[in-house]
Amino acid sequence: MKVQKATSPNIIAFCCAQSAYQAADAAGFMRLSYPDNIRVIRVPCAGRIDVLHILKAFEKGVDGVLVLGCHEEACRHLLGNIRAKNRVQKAKSLLQEVGIDGRRVEMFTLAPNQGPRFATIASEMTERIKELDSMKPQG
Amino acid sequence: MIIAQRKPLEDIEAMLTGYKKLLVLGCGTCVTICWAGGEKEVAILASQLRLASKKDGNEPLTLEATVERQCEKELVEALKGSVQQVDAVLSTACGAGVQTVAELFPDTPVYPALNTMFVGMPDREGVWLENCRTCGDCFLDRTGGICPIVRCAKGLLNGPCGGTNNGKCEVDPEKDCAWTLIYRRLDQQGRLDLMRKYYPPRNFQAVIRPGKIEALPA
Repeated sequence: MKVQKATSPNIIAFCCAQSAYQAADAAGFMRLSYPDNIRVIRVPCAGRIDVLHILKAFEKGVDGVLVLGCHEEACRHLLGNIRAKNRVQKAKSLLQEVGIDGRRVEMFTLAPNQGPRFATIASEMTERIKELDSMKPQG
Repeated sequence: MIIAQRKPLEDIEAMLTGYKKLLVLGCGTCVTICWAGGEKEVAILASQLRLASKKDGNEPLTLEATVERQCEKELVEALKGSVQQVDAVLSTACGAGVQTVAELFPDTPVYPALNTMFVGMPDREGVWLENCRTCGDCFLDRTGGICPIVRCAKGLLNGPCGGTNNGKCEVDPEKDCAWTLIYRRLDQQGRLDLMRKYYPPRNFQAVIRPGKIEALPA
């Protein structure tokens, strides 16, 4: 997969099918406006996301990665969201080592009915990435 | 097992300056268990190297491979084809693995991505402890299976010393006093008489370095 370069930053959002994906759906259903540069990838659980998925995304040229999972203690797979949180922390330090700002990857938790929160996260992350003027891998 | 730790990426990059084609070569045994050089760590390191190079405008070719045991020539030999395609090999194995690859492929430079630290065991997730100094003169029969040579900060053969403090070590209050552990273990086993014995200084030349062992197959 080659990520297409857009004028606004490319952000991949790995969304848990149990919560964040439904929240993204809810945001659409509620006709909320959020930046169109967010590419949603549905995953069975945030715990499916590995450090390598995040690194590969940057290799392919994305500018930011969101990992969106269920609130703590609400994971269908018990610890998927906790594992995702730890992996995001690890990914931040690995990216930092290669000179990519760790703030380009972030984990948030939300419930399936939090469409407005999804829209807010998408907007805030887009603003954050725009502000970070450091290294951008050339896709 | 052998516990190793990855070198800082900065150091690895400095070693590899100028190479365009690399083989990142992992080991599927000890360093996989200690999260330093298995298949996943190879993938992460290769990805980091690609990201770092992209930043500098280079796009190196990084091949990735992991063998079951990098310290065995028979297993490493199978990689001949991959090694011939690259300018250098970056090994994420212990020092023995690095040297096996270097010996098998003398025309190709081999670089270590890890620092080999000690012989130890996992304590809990993400934590490994040194518990064998590979001294060549095992003392564990007298100490209830707890090694004072490596686990006592002073390496005492006749302990505990005056610095034991409620089961903790005076050198590092975070650590358990090895001799308190030994006392408790021997007490549990009804072998406290061993605590009363005096052990003379050990033979520190039990293993002449570099070590070599020859054995007949069973």
